[in-house]
Amino acid sequence: MSALPVRKFDAVIVGAGGSGMRASLQLAEAGLSVAVLSKVFPTRSHTVAAQGGIGASLGNMSEDSWLWHMYDTIKGSDWLGDQDAIEYMCKMAPQVVYELEHFGMPFDRNPDGTIYQRPFGGHSANFGERPVQRACAAADRTGHAMVHTLYQRNVRARTQFFVEWMALDLIRNADGDVQGVVAYEMETGDVMILQAKVTVLATGGAGRIFAASTNAFINTGDGLGMAARAGLPLEDMEFWQFHPTGVAGAGVLITEGVRGEGGILLNAQGERFMERYAPNLKDLASRDVVSRSMDQEIKEGRGVGPHKDHVLLKLDHLGPDVILKRLPSIREIALKFANVDCIKEPIPVVPTIHYQMGGIPTNVNGQVVAPKGSDPNAVVPGLYAVGECACVSVHGANRLGTNSLLDLLVFGRAAGNHIVGQNLRAQGQQALARDAGDASRARLARLDGASSGESVPEVAHEIRKTMQAHCGVFRNQQLLAEGVRQVMDLDARVARTAIGDRSRVFNTARVEALELDNLIETAKATIVSAEARRESRGAQARSDYPNRDDANWLKHTLWYRDGSRLDYKPVNLKPLSVEAFPPKARTY
Amino acid sequence: MLDQERWNRIVWRCRRGMLENDLVLTRFLAARGRAMTEDEVALLDRLLDLPDSELWDLIAGRREPQDPAVGPLLSALRRA
Ligand SMILES: Cc1cc2nc3c(=O)[nH]c(=O)nc-3n(C[C@H](O)[C@H](O)[C@H](O)COP(=O)(O)OP(=O)(O)OC[C@H]3O[C@@H](n4cnc5c(N)ncnc54)[C@H](O)[C@@H]3O)c2cc1C
Repeated sequence: MSALPVRKFDAVIVGAGGSGMRASLQLAEAGLSVAVLSKVFPTRSHTVAAQGGIGASLGNMSEDSWLWHMYDTIKGSDWLGDQDAIEYMCKMAPQVVYELEHFGMPFDRNPDGTIYQRPFGGHSANFGERPVQRACAAADRTGHAMVHTLYQRNVRARTQFFVEWMALDLIRNADGDVQGVVAYEMETGDVMILQAKVTVLATGGAGRIFAASTNAFINTGDGLGMAARAGLPLEDMEFWQFHPTGVAGAGVLITEGVRGEGGILLNAQGERFMERYAPNLKDLASRDVVSRSMDQEIKEGRGVGPHKDHVLLKLDHLGPDVILKRLPSIREIALKFANVDCIKEPIPVVPTIHYQMGGIPTNVNGQVVAPKGSDPNAVVPGLYAVGECACVSVHGANRLGTNSLLDLLVFGRAAGNHIVGQNLRAQGQQALARDAGDASRARLARLDGASSGESVPEVAHEIRKTMQAHCGVFRNQQLLAEGVRQVMDLDARVARTAIGDRSRVFNTARVEALELDNLIETAKATIVSAEARRESRGAQARSDYPNRDDANWLKHTLWYRDGSRLDYKPVNLKPLSVEAFPPKARTY
Repeated sequence: MLDQERWNRIVWRCRRGMLENDLVLTRFLAARGRAMTEDEVALLDRLLDLPDSELWDLIAGRREPQDPAVGPLLSALRRA
């Protein structure tokens, strides 16, 4: 094969969401040549969907401290989070929020001019003693404001954006050094090598592997697929957060605020079932508890609708005034996606996939790490990962609300600073691996050469259906084992896809076929890891192993694509400077 | 009838940052298909230039468009 064209940069960042643009900003401002790739225009990245806020112990509303934030995060993680990374994140939180303010982020304000902070589930003062207001927000447009602020700064710093470019694969040489990516330009159908001294994956989550998902269509887990195909492990992929109230059949998220204002959940008998499961907090118990209770009601036949497959979120008793004033967007969502007017009728809801806690393993500098010899966390030279695609691991088995946007800022910045510290401009480019680009070209050649085969949308649909049925809220051995078998069958079907459209310009069928290669890796990692973990912890709820088992399972899962092999590594229970928080029961 | 290239381009531009917009635009594209006129596509392109939250405000009826020309198209999106 003739060689692919090559363009060279100090750094290539794949992904222009909050995490990618926070990292690129550090690099561009330090004068490095930076290319940022995005499948869509940067300000259309999925970060724009975030509404709730960014957690930081500014203490603007009442006393707060990073140590309390750290405790909440560790407890939320069900002790699977690494305490060094969690300490780093919570300590850095005020600084990254003030930096963002300085960049021009339009945060909501208190009358005295300080940043207003709102209450959020799981945020507490004095180690769980009482709620504290810790979430910094820009109305219900926090993610949108953050992405626009970062984009403007990046344009000013002369970051080079490659918009509507899709990264296909990582390039690694024989020593395992990462040397850049192979990328596909949608406009022309051209394939190119973007060579770099440092590559950063910031591709976001993979929520589209489930049928019921709050995630936009773009979240296909591309960085995870790229890492897996490059022989790197994926960490803790069994842990996925369900949001209790996604609109049944559509997935669109109904904010917790609805229950905060007094909305309640009802089963087919009109019973407010949360009173049975969580007598104290009822409908406002934590996300995983409410999701499991809803699932239990549905499994026991008390679901609503012709298929008895959802429950109802009732808010008409709040009255039109409260609904229209405090929850206006909810009424529009219910009308549009559930065809109900929530002023008069309840909204059909189901627990819906929302956030991926696992990802590409990294250390606190954002460097990707993988076991090598006796070191479980050996650095993979030239590769970083940040944001939802990475697992540093601050979220452990369950993420605390508002900690994801914080994660993007803290570790996007940390990775940027670590890269700047390496003095890349003084270094030359390595000699490119001889087989660079071959794997990607083989993928494209197979696709273009297949005159008939499996339909991409159909296989994608089957993956989502299987994951939903076999790897949902409650899991057990039988369900999971059968699910693994089915996903492996689907893996074989992914290798036999064909597309009808062979055109070059904006061939969306080809793009979706390439995305499917990433969806399947994420699905395999998730269900194989879930099947093997014989305990319940955070978001992984197994009806056959209902308890947390610290003696055997206080460890991180590592899944490898090769042979779908599993390995494990210890959780870091040692913070950087404070005393460790030893595991204890997680009750709210 | 739109040619394949124009259609592909518009389909990709309908990939958004918010699921709400993804769902409405997908329904709309499925209903109208390649029977869309060039004029409609040009208007849709203009709407797609908007940030996701603004586009959603328009679709959800929280705001009215500044440009009256997009009115009929927006009504179709609102019905989708
Ligand atoms: C509805 C909703 C509400 C939320 N609310 C909150 C909240 O209030 N607070 C909070 O902390 N968290 C919240 N979250 C979670 C949080 O928004 C996400 O975890 C976070 O925004 C992910 O950011 P990211 O930078 O990792 O990725 P994204 O913003 O998803 O960006 C990924 C980028 O990678 C690019 N990309 C992907 N694949 C490729 C490829 N192959 N080639 C080139 N580019 C590629 C995309 O184009 C995009 O630019 C919410 C999530 C949802 C779904």
